[in-house]
Amino acid sequence: MMLSCKEVSRLVSQGLDRRLGVLERLRLRLHLAICDGCTNFSKQMAFLRKALSRLADHQSKT
Amino acid sequence: MEDFRSRVEGERPYLLRYASLQLRDPHAAEDAVQDTLVAALAGEAGFAGRSNLRTWLTGILKHKIVDAIRRSSREATLAPAEGDTSELDAMFDASGHWIDAPGAWADPDALLEQKHFFAALEACLARLPQKIAQAFMMREHLGLDTAEICKELAITPTHCWVLLYRARMALRECLEKDWFGR
Repeated sequence: MMLSCKEVSRLVSQGLDRRLGVLERLRLRLHLAICDGCTNFSKQMAFLRKALSRLADHQSKT
Repeated sequence: MEDFRSRVEGERPYLLRYASLQLRDPHAAEDAVQDTLVAALAGEAGFAGRSNLRTWLTGILKHKIVDAIRRSSREATLAPAEGDTSELDAMFDASGHWIDAPGAWADPDALLEQKHFFAALEACLARLPQKIAQAFMMREHLGLDTAEICKELAITPTHCWVLLYRARMALRECLEKDWFGR
């Protein structure tokens, strides 16, 4: 069964916090392959993590 | 010896900023930094041979911050609404499709060089509800794993994932509106 975008957004987030199961990863990949919105969302989540890791360094220069 | 003391003191502004990002209470942040500096000066030997003073001090500070979180979460009770994701219902239709599908964010890597972007990000972080921000910053700023966060906040992993999910959804929406949508 196909995951909805809502379920995908939840799984993408959890994928940043735990190792997803084989089936979860497979279903996620199937959905992302055909959904631009969720693909963008997934990239944005990865970007958020990167930005947060630099937050302390950045503002200390001001 | 004097040199070490002044180098440690020189890191105070960075450490204060680091602590303030996690602890919203400026006094708690100040206390955590003070404890860190005292511990660092008493434990200079522990630094011997390490190359990066800031990294070493930040490692000590993380423990002090977690201590502060542990003390304050013992006092606070969890509001029942925090496990609830109903605010996200407005983003999806009844079948779970995006109502407003995320578009691509232009050249995000270049943003990481821009001070203004980080100011916008901080403004968005400040708007997150306390408990959600706390869990999210423990994860992304302190770099703790879910198990540690659950332990310190006395919540289940499922609850923890919900808090992190809500934080990310809210931040994404806030940045989309305040930064990318300008």
